Amino acid sequence: MSVLLLAEVTNGELALDATAKAVSAAAQLGEVTALCAGASAAAAAEQAAKIDGVAKVLVAEDESLGHRLAEPAAALVASLAGDYTHIVAPATTDAKNIMPRVAALLDVMVISDVTAVVDADTFERPVYAGNAIQTVKSGDAKKVITFRTSTFDAAGEGGSAATETVSVPASEGLSSWVEDKVAESDRPELTSAGVVVSGGRGVGSEEDFALIEKLADKLGAAVGASRAAVDSGFAPNDWQVGQTGKVVAPELYVAVGISGAIQHLAGMKDSKIIVAINKDEEAPIFQVADYGLVADLFEAVPEMTEKL
Amino acid sequence: MKVLVPVKRVIDYNVKVRVKSDGSDVDLANVKMSMNPFDEIAVEEAIRLKEAGIATEVVAVSVGVEKAQETLRTALALGADRAILIVAADDVHTDIEPLAVAKILKAIVDEEQPQIVLAGKQAIDNDMNATGQMLSALLGWSQATFASEVKVEGDNAIVTREVDGGLQTISVKLPAIITTDLRLNEPRYAKLPDIMKAKKKPLDQRTAADLGVDVTPRLTVVKVAEPAEREAGEIVGSVDELIAKLKEAGAV
Repeated sequence: MSVLLLAEVTNGELALDATAKAVSAAAQLGEVTALCAGASAAAAAEQAAKIDGVAKVLVAEDESLGHRLAEPAAALVASLAGDYTHIVAPATTDAKNIMPRVAALLDVMVISDVTAVVDADTFERPVYAGNAIQTVKSGDAKKVITFRTSTFDAAGEGGSAATETVSVPASEGLSSWVEDKVAESDRPELTSAGVVVSGGRGVGSEEDFALIEKLADKLGAAVGASRAAVDSGFAPNDWQVGQTGKVVAPELYVAVGISGAIQHLAGMKDSKIIVAINKDEEAPIFQVADYGLVADLFEAVPEMTEKL
Repeated sequence: MKVLVPVKRVIDYNVKVRVKSDGSDVDLANVKMSMNPFDEIAVEEAIRLKEAGIATEVVAVSVGVEKAQETLRTALALGADRAILIVAADDVHTDIEPLAVAKILKAIVDEEQPQIVLAGKQAIDNDMNATGQMLSALLGWSQATFASEVKVEGDNAIVTREVDGGLQTISVKLPAIITTDLRLNEPRYAKLPDIMKAKKKPLDQRTAADLGVDVTPRLTVVKVAEPAEREAGEIVGSVDELIAKLKEAGAV
């Protein structure tokens, strides 16, 4: 068994947490070769080489790979696929964009958001917004997989894998990058944070979302949001936690003014400790919360921020 | 230009699904089914392209059981011009995999020659998030996934995508596959007269075999289980008590 892992590389930098978690998942399948692709990827490759469990690092540098466009990235991965039984990646938006394309190029199915490896052919994955766990056995010669990072521990550092440069297929120029609008944040990254404080519709306005942010900063937490809060313009899209946003599993998840719709629970119900603050005692969020406080968030949240 | 919109009939997003006691699947008998929410957004965007004079015809297509006709009638009531149903399963519990659906859609694309295929980013039943990308690969077309804004300019579509960390805008050459994210638009409701008119719009029905596509699954479902239940929590009386509990648990 040999595994090709598409490392998460953004603007030349390795997303260490997502990649290290995917490495620990992939290591259950065989020897892991990490692929770092980008307009520049050497620095990312150097870092990937240090992740425990990475046996080799492939570096692919080309202008066409600069902005994580699916077409050239998928062509690259497919061109390298011959040597591997498993082709895997962390289930980030980049990988979800690229990996199904890779799978179709190889005429195999993709296995999305895998949460557990049973054996080399058999995997668990959540379906129906996490309300059922499906165990699937693949009959394909090659397995193309994305791993849900929130369910795997990050592999440690201390390795010293060799790096090797690989050639990049000529780009067909089907798409081109125009611009990125990156949300600047000094806070921990949402999917790897140990604590997450999320606000919902109950917060009421963009201005009042500052209450959530203050509590988050006090806890050294990342800020999340429900779909309702994002749709109402209280918080940016990339803060959304849920079936269609990010899936998190921090040590502590504090849900403020969030009712707890199925779609939101899909993104956070594997958190270790869930706290809910909501004035509606009937809110479904209380059914999954370890500690619930039925209170007006405009009083409880500032009080909590002050007393911590 | 012609726009093709794949739509899927799925369990309604408000229904709390139940796993069957034999662990073979979730129970879909007598459960409310609806159009996948991301596909409603795709239909809406296609109709807006038509209203803007960019699209000339909107064709809705669905793959699955015969009852998916209902989903196509909904798309027609919303403004699609005609519909194609590919019957590929006898039983509602048979979920045709994204690879097979992509192959069926490729056959339809080869016939219909649309300039844009507008699909939802994922179906809320299998949560795969793959069909659009797979179709794009099979056709050798460009792809723009997780779209929150679409502008057609000449031979290109300028698409803003929702990615981790923010937004990315790319330009894709047409023909292209675009998959919709939640914030692309707010889908309209079908009006009663339009629902009546939709019954007279053309709906062409065929089978996967007619198109020569093998829908045998590549992934065998070994079992379906309930997720682990969380232990019941407790309601605390005050912020002080909450903080005390969290300190006790070592969480703060």
